[in-house]
Amino acid sequence: MESTGNILFSGVGGQGILLASEITAYSLLQAGYDAKKSEVHGMAQRGGSVTAQLRYGKKVWSPLIEPGCADIQVAFEMMEAVRYITSLHKGSTVIVNTQRILPPAVATGQTAYPERILDQLTALGVRVVQVDAFDLACEVGEGRTANVVMVGALSVFLPVAASIYEEVIATRVPQRFREVNLKAFQAGRKAGTKEV
Amino acid sequence: MTNTSDNALWMSGNEAIALGAFEAGVKVASGYPGTPSTEIMENLSTYEGVYTEWAPNEKVGLEVAIGACFAGVRALATMKHVGVNVAADPLFTASYTGVCGGLVLVSADDPEMHSSQNEQDNRNYAFAAKLPMFEPSDPMEAKEMLKTAFELSEELDTPVMLRITTRVAHVKGVVSRGEKTVSHASCGISKVPSKLVMLPSIARKRREVVEERMAKCRELVETAAFNRVDAGDTKRGFITSGVSYLYVKEAFPEATVLKLGMCWPLPERMIRAFAAAVDELYIIEELDPFLETHIKAMGISCHGKDLIPTMGELNTAIVRQAIEPGSAKELFAPVELPPRPPNMCAGCPHRGIFFNLSRMKVFVSGDIGCYTLGFLPPLSAMDACVCMGASVPMAHGMAKALGADAHNKIVSVIGDSTFVHSGITGLINTVYNNSASTLIILDNRITAMTGQQQNPASGMTIKGEPAHALDIEALCRAVGVKHVYVINPHDVVETRRVLKEAVELTEASVVISRAPCVLLPEMKLRKPVSYFTNQDNCVGCMSCIRLGCPAISWTTFAEGEAERRGYKKTQKGISKIDEIVCNDCGQCASLCKFKAITRKEE
Repeated sequence: MESTGNILFSGVGGQGILLASEITAYSLLQAGYDAKKSEVHGMAQRGGSVTAQLRYGKKVWSPLIEPGCADIQVAFEMMEAVRYITSLHKGSTVIVNTQRILPPAVATGQTAYPERILDQLTALGVRVVQVDAFDLACEVGEGRTANVVMVGALSVFLPVAASIYEEVIATRVPQRFREVNLKAFQAGRKAGTKEV
Repeated sequence: MTNTSDNALWMSGNEAIALGAFEAGVKVASGYPGTPSTEIMENLSTYEGVYTEWAPNEKVGLEVAIGACFAGVRALATMKHVGVNVAADPLFTASYTGVCGGLVLVSADDPEMHSSQNEQDNRNYAFAAKLPMFEPSDPMEAKEMLKTAFELSEELDTPVMLRITTRVAHVKGVVSRGEKTVSHASCGISKVPSKLVMLPSIARKRREVVEERMAKCRELVETAAFNRVDAGDTKRGFITSGVSYLYVKEAFPEATVLKLGMCWPLPERMIRAFAAAVDELYIIEELDPFLETHIKAMGISCHGKDLIPTMGELNTAIVRQAIEPGSAKELFAPVELPPRPPNMCAGCPHRGIFFNLSRMKVFVSGDIGCYTLGFLPPLSAMDACVCMGASVPMAHGMAKALGADAHNKIVSVIGDSTFVHSGITGLINTVYNNSASTLIILDNRITAMTGQQQNPASGMTIKGEPAHALDIEALCRAVGVKHVYVINPHDVVETRRVLKEAVELTEASVVISRAPCVLLPEMKLRKPVSYFTNQDNCVGCMSCIRLGCPAISWTTFAEGEAERRGYKKTQKGISKIDEIVCNDCGQCASLCKFKAITRKEE
């Protein structure tokens, strides 16, 4: 692969975006790619909207994805699938966890959570892949593995063999959570495969 | 840090700098947490054979490192860009004394102000303090340059600065391990007053040494490997350093580039030769026209800030569009969405204070920390915030300006770590110069915003070992505050009573709001108990909603829904607590007058 691949992770602070982007990055490295990942810590983390940018290829220069150049976005929350729309282009794929986390203005009753929000992406020629990550995670026995379900769904769209992800999860995740995370990965991969 | 193969590691810039410090044989490291620098010291504290500590502030951190280097070992100080302002006093004079063991100061700058109050460009410090400064582009370079910086520090007898930015500190990339190096100095006491005692007569002599050393450094950078030319098309030539180099390489892969690994001093002959070899010269740098100003002062004409923004971060698209207008991609229009700003956590003790302040007619002089989020709606209870420690003297200054009538109108708010950092001297001044303002110390037992670092009041060292915990009440009394209160901020009603009493006093008062941060490991390990809403009792008064807690949400009734569900016809909706998010603080329950919020029994 000559050009650089661009993956944007978005969601709400505390959803496990860090681990998801790390597993993906390790898998790409293991598959022989160069990779760089950029994220922001500190003030931005306290329950606010957060992103991580992961770029991979033969040689990656900039750690930042150019506006309009994200090939894949992995959104851990519905509204956060649309907030970074200027990062996307026609033909981008957005893998979205269909979970709603209410932002303050909605939680305090000042405004409503926008309806049918993903239609705005499809209307622009962006492919939307919906994953009920939380439900799938609960089905495998641990709601907190929703982030790894998302990694599974993303894996379908990346040039890395499933066995590499499984190896990375097996080495990265503490022993007692290994089994459930592998199941979560497989559940996500199955959900993603249906959409290809 | 994790192995991807035997020697290739995947690390952030900060993790790589910690590894670099270990490989460089650093013996003593001190600093103060601050985004984006914090993880350097955190990671370094996990290596064997390196003494690490959190200092109460950056000035102390640098002075500790200066002392260690005077004792002949390699020493490191780490801080964020604004921290260097605090440490500037020792920095400018350490430039005169020089070093014994190597001394490096890492300044982590934050262009775009992701987590900072300004975006000052600390390359200016290298010029002003007459110090060499390295500027790496990525994690691997950050590690290598730190090691080179130690060598150079000892070779030229000077402190050296390593300037990183957020997109080096918090970028992960592939890093490989390297050889361990050792200091050329030897550890021990040697008395050299002609070098270390900066009395005017000696300082004047050392001032000359500074000039000689910088002249030597200017020679050295002409041939140093970290300054290099990437050959390419000479139609356009770029001079750049730091992360900007990566944006140039991606935007103009065919062009020739002079990459400066050190942004001060500059290799003048190298720059002249490069400028002469290209048709059009561009200087690409974030923030100030630092390289540009000095290159123009050489009499070289070039493009720079006439094209490149002086504010915020750069990226590949900005650089490309600046040089080739019209090259920008057409983007999808942004969609208007309810904003999702950062918020204080569910169960955050600060909320109890700011909820009350939002209902008192006072000017809140604020400070730097998680509690700066008290500024955001619905609490909107912070009226000023400038820098670490400023809350206390600003309140005193306002009190003096407004006169005696204002004694009950000004409150300052500061966290425990920030109070120790630079709030104490302000409090001494308040008492000494006699003003009646109230200081609220938000003591959550940790430096929270930067991710849970220990401080002198938390009773633990950086390694989690027991340490003396500063007695904040005793300290306040010792500086002369006669009225010191300690409250539990989760009891919102009692907190209000105490705050009102303190504010009405005509002498200085301190209210210590004490409850641990909910993100502390011991808080996370508690057996989960939460509050829930007994919705039958909820009258929709919204008292709990006004706390702005992320665990509490409001559902507006549709027309006729209130009656249908057995509520009063006029009721507008009901509150609900998300029991997974709830952190068991009970602030909402202390506000609810209708017994609609109850603690779930274990």
